[in-house]
Amino acid sequence: MTLDLARWQFAIVTVFHFFFVPMTIGLCFLVAVMQTLAVLRKDETWDRLSRFFGRIFLISLAVGVVTGIVLEFQFGLNWSAYSVFVGNIFGAPLAIEGLLAFFLESTFIGLWVFGRGRLSPRLHLATIWVVSAGTILSAFFILAANAWMQHPVGYTVEDGQAVLTDFGALLGNSTLWASFVHTVAAAFATGGALVLGISIWRAHRAPGDVERDAFRRGATLMCVVVLVTVVVTAVSGDLQARLMDVQQPMKMAAAEALYNTQNGASFSLLTIGNLSGQPIFQIRVPHLLSLIADLSWNGQVIGINQMQATEAARYGAGNYTPVLWLTYWCFRAMIGAGVLMILGSAWGIWLSWRRRLVPSRWFRRAALLGIALPVVANASGWIFTEAGRQPWIVYGLMETAKGVSTVSAADVAGTLAAFVAVYSILAVLAAILVVRAARHPLDRVDEAPGPDETPSAPGLVY
Amino acid sequence: MATFTGLSALWFAVIGLLWAGYFFLEGFDFGVGMVSPLVSRDDTDRRLCMNAVGPVWDGNEVWLLVAGGATFAAFPRWYGLLFQGAYLALFLVLMALIVRGVSFEFRGKLDSAGWRRTWDIANFAGSLVAALVWGVAFTNFVHGLPVSAAGYTGGLIGLLNPPALVGGLAALAVFAFHGSLFLSLKTSGELMQRARRVARPLGGAAAVLLAVTVAWAAAAGRPWQALSGAVPAGVPLALGVLAVASLAAALLLVTRGWDGFAFAGTGAAILLSMGAVFAVMFPAVIPASNGAALSLTVGAAASHPYTLVVMTIVAAIFTPLVLLYQGWTYWVFRQRLQRPIAAATAEPAAGGR
Repeated sequence: MTLDLARWQFAIVTVFHFFFVPMTIGLCFLVAVMQTLAVLRKDETWDRLSRFFGRIFLISLAVGVVTGIVLEFQFGLNWSAYSVFVGNIFGAPLAIEGLLAFFLESTFIGLWVFGRGRLSPRLHLATIWVVSAGTILSAFFILAANAWMQHPVGYTVEDGQAVLTDFGALLGNSTLWASFVHTVAAAFATGGALVLGISIWRAHRAPGDVERDAFRRGATLMCVVVLVTVVVTAVSGDLQARLMDVQQPMKMAAAEALYNTQNGASFSLLTIGNLSGQPIFQIRVPHLLSLIADLSWNGQVIGINQMQATEAARYGAGNYTPVLWLTYWCFRAMIGAGVLMILGSAWGIWLSWRRRLVPSRWFRRAALLGIALPVVANASGWIFTEAGRQPWIVYGLMETAKGVSTVSAADVAGTLAAFVAVYSILAVLAAILVVRAARHPLDRVDEAPGPDETPSAPGLVY
Repeated sequence: MATFTGLSALWFAVIGLLWAGYFFLEGFDFGVGMVSPLVSRDDTDRRLCMNAVGPVWDGNEVWLLVAGGATFAAFPRWYGLLFQGAYLALFLVLMALIVRGVSFEFRGKLDSAGWRRTWDIANFAGSLVAALVWGVAFTNFVHGLPVSAAGYTGGLIGLLNPPALVGGLAALAVFAFHGSLFLSLKTSGELMQRARRVARPLGGAAAVLLAVTVAWAAAAGRPWQALSGAVPAGVPLALGVLAVASLAAALLLVTRGWDGFAFAGTGAAILLSMGAVFAVMFPAVIPASNGAALSLTVGAAASHPYTLVVMTIVAAIFTPLVLLYQGWTYWVFRQRLQRPIAAATAEPAAGGR
């Protein structure tokens, strides 16, 4: 009971945190790009847009920061045995993330927010780039920790603890680099889709030409950003799939719910019925799964039954199969959302080339709905990769059931309920504030705190 | 197994420093949050209080995250066993930090008095609860925890014993004093005067409560003193007495109007107190009140030397850098906050954010 509740708690606090993380990484980078265009080209439009989207970025950041504090301690709270087992290895990137990334982000965000008008424009610009670098470094180190759970490297096991033997291997883990590119590109796409949706909507409702033009320029740039970043996400995702085929073949099989080893395996776009191997209705693309798994037309993809037998022989009797409906559908939700984003952003570029980006009613609707696509993809991608590793918490080394704390089910249930309640309130408030910020008029330049306003005295920002 | 090694003792000290840094810095954030209702007359005052720590609170809180991460990496058993044992206490702190964390960013985002009032209360309550629970927790570490083979299993109620509650109140008072001095340094005019006025009774309460906490701990003794490497009892006692003396000095200095020196005094008191706590605990990381052998020692909790060496190298390179740019932030925002001339309560006045 404690185990199930602890898993629910971890899933909920992590997925909720991760609604905001890619949004924050993406928006920070894009706001930095806009501010750079503003400073280097002395272009007022980009300055206004960077302030406008800077507000939304800060709301996302705030929720991301406070929900991130919980995660730093979640391992000790609910996964004590796991923490003791992996701390030698897993703890190091976590501590380094704090020292290298969190300090940078948190300190320089204060300088960026409160330093506008007090730091020189170029120094102020530098602060947002430092924050962006901090968010990306943070992604790297936390993914280093996660990659080790997916594909342990550079360790031995001594006295019931995994012990680090090669720090370079930990940071050079192939799983890490593939997922780092994948995650950061997806984060940029998440920010891009949000900026795109809001920009199109605002350009359409703009009271005057200045505002319409500003948001149209923002939207056009974002179409390109989304297209490029989603393509990078897809390419790196393909790289991940090939690593997964070697490192975690069960997860590859679970992605397709492929029961038996096949050469030239096909990929089902959707299945109606159940995933037990005898579906009622499926749409299949021949050979695609083999292509995803090892880039070959007739390559072999090992089936669930064969992997189950292999793992049972290696680790002892037990169930080594993940929850298939979850992995199957999450994998499709992730890829489906990615495909829609590629099509949508390409459409936007075409419209923009034809000078019909803002007038197009259908694109406007699609772009607004499109804000949700990367959010769905991010969540389902992580649910796929974490659920697909089950029953392992560290692949091949420790089962999830063995990692849990010895706390009472009541404690876990009570705190879970409280997290759900507080996070729900946070979600509603953040949504209200983001919608409000999205309706905020573009700042006129004379509203900005000028140098006449006692430049050295810190302002009241909050 | 040895109760400690050179490397593991070094990391025990590093973690002590991280906690000390955390309480020095976030101590005044908590304090400002707690004294804001006492010193503010209107919305603008409350806004000034929040903005006084606005540029730095987030960076200050990262000290906690790094302390947590460093404990995980350097002492996996300490991290794992302590937090599952102190489950609800840590949960309370996390909730308090969430509520006060968003209060900074959300408060100015809607132009409504009720909305701002809500986040003022959230900031106050979050600061208060976090400060209280931290005080209770660390006093428990000084007195030792009843430990079984499964670690500490006494729950939240077990932590709420009389000396720990006094320790919790001492933390409240010390942070409130520290925060009121910070406000008196960062604000001007009447707000500064009021911050200075509340500092005196708070300072008195802080000195008395901390003195009681120190005396109680000294009288209680510690069974884990039998462990090899334990620091002689006189050392933490001396540190504790010096901490109380620093508070008394701060009180004296603030009555003379030397707020900067007074703030250094409260800061010193916090650092000395944390020095005392870690000196009392060593060489245990989870000290057992029911027998020396049950304590989890530095040596038994520590990671393999390889991890500790890697961490030492990373920390040696990057910590000076962090101190440098955090210090620079305080320099950039060194000026006192001014009340807006029109005392306009309309929100986004400056910057529109």
